[in-house]
Amino acid sequence: MKHQLLLALAAVAGLGVVAAAAAPVHYTLPEETAAFKPGPNLEVVQNNCTACHSADYIKTQPQGEKFKKDFWAAEVTKMIKVYGAPIDEADVGKIVEYLAATY
Amino acid sequence: MLDRRELMKRAGMAALVTGLGSSRALALDTVTLPFDNGERPLVRYPQKRPMIGLTSRPPQLETPFSIFNDGPITPNNAFFVRYHLADIPYDLDPDKFTLEIKGKVDKPLKLSLREIKKLKPVELVAVNQCSGNSRGFFSPRVAGGQLANGAMGNARWRGVPLKTILDMAGVQPGAKQVTFNGMDGPVSDRTPDFVKALDIDHAGDGEVMLAYGMNGDDLPFLNGFPLRLIVPGYYGTYWVKHLNEITVIDSVFDGFWMKSAYRIPDTPNNSVEPGTAPKATIPINRFTVRSFITNVTDGARLRPGGTTLKGIAFDGGKGIKEVAVSIDGGKTWMPAKLGKDLGKYSFREWKLKVALAAGAYEIKVRATNNAGDTQPMDPLWNPAGYLRNVVETVRVTAA
Repeated sequence: MKHQLLLALAAVAGLGVVAAAAAPVHYTLPEETAAFKPGPNLEVVQNNCTACHSADYIKTQPQGEKFKKDFWAAEVTKMIKVYGAPIDEADVGKIVEYLAATY
Repeated sequence: MLDRRELMKRAGMAALVTGLGSSRALALDTVTLPFDNGERPLVRYPQKRPMIGLTSRPPQLETPFSIFNDGPITPNNAFFVRYHLADIPYDLDPDKFTLEIKGKVDKPLKLSLREIKKLKPVELVAVNQCSGNSRGFFSPRVAGGQLANGAMGNARWRGVPLKTILDMAGVQPGAKQVTFNGMDGPVSDRTPDFVKALDIDHAGDGEVMLAYGMNGDDLPFLNGFPLRLIVPGYYGTYWVKHLNEITVIDSVFDGFWMKSAYRIPDTPNNSVEPGTAPKATIPINRFTVRSFITNVTDGARLRPGGTTLKGIAFDGGKGIKEVAVSIDGGKTWMPAKLGKDLGKYSFREWKLKVALAAGAYEIKVRATNNAGDTQPMDPLWNPAGYLRNVVETVRVTAA
């Protein structure tokens, strides 16, 4: 098992970046490992958030009672106002509800 | 960049992949960073050894802290990775790469990588540290990348001084700043592109550098291949990766990543009362003084007797003058022996032999630089979670 894992890693390391001297580079990211946890309005969240970033951006934020509705509302507002995320007004509340309930 | 429809399409595809249960084959294991919600996958990326995965798209990888005990130079395959925006030039032909120098210059230039490499090279050992390094330790916690202490690294950079290039182009009178843009950009054209600026005098100081080499090799792709900006002593936010556009301007740049992001309180030590907002802010700039113990981890059990403690220290460019160690929680301090001086922007190794009789110890380390700046015993706080440099503590038991 361990041997197989090492072989797999060696293959990944070999194929992941093709860069002889001055040859074009094709860098291949590993498959995304992060996923959104199940929760209310999951589909709305996936449709609005995943174009620009992976789910671990959310999962790794501070958690606990101080990081619920107000915290997530501020984050969603930042995504819209600062980063220009094209989120429909009607979806904002749904996204905040998911984030506060799930993380 | 993509329009809204393309954005939605990509979102749908990402959702589909997620729905099918994407494989976690590349997550080797998990590590738990020492703060709440600190569990992270240990991930394997091309050109990198197993790294602490903070985010996968855009990629952000933290260096496992044990690597800092191996020596003062951080290997390329262990160097941390931080991107802001996910449209990254994964397919890149270095033979077609050009660096453009434009704006308030007499002679706008377009230089190939080959032409840049023909210019007289310089080398400099310098620490790069993410502004948000150690953000996960902030109390109260703040939003942003929740990093432990591994978003830093020290490398020998090879390239050309930015001054050489600016002199070739001929900076015009009235120039105030120079802006730097890389090939990576936003997924949506409504997201501000990542562009940073330095004052003209700083840009032309002869130390700010365009690097194509790192520790004797090309830059790893995720560290900015084929060319990145090196701003010695300054936080990593200025070290623009995949750098291909330099513009001399006659104003103070007001792009989002300078005017609104990466700001620190305009107060004597750039801190505010925890949980409060500053009245005025300035762009983040030089590193604060830091030091770490690297060969003993918190909670370790040691055998009673003689133990050599070792670690690293660095600052924003004055150079480390002394490192002091306490084994009694900060009541008394002993000077450590400093290692080889690799330059004022480098990690400086230190070590100290201590005798530990059976018992519990609170070991602390504190560095002071040549300007007399040192580290606070209690952490300073700012809303963005930058500049952390509290005296680090490791609790051990000799038994």
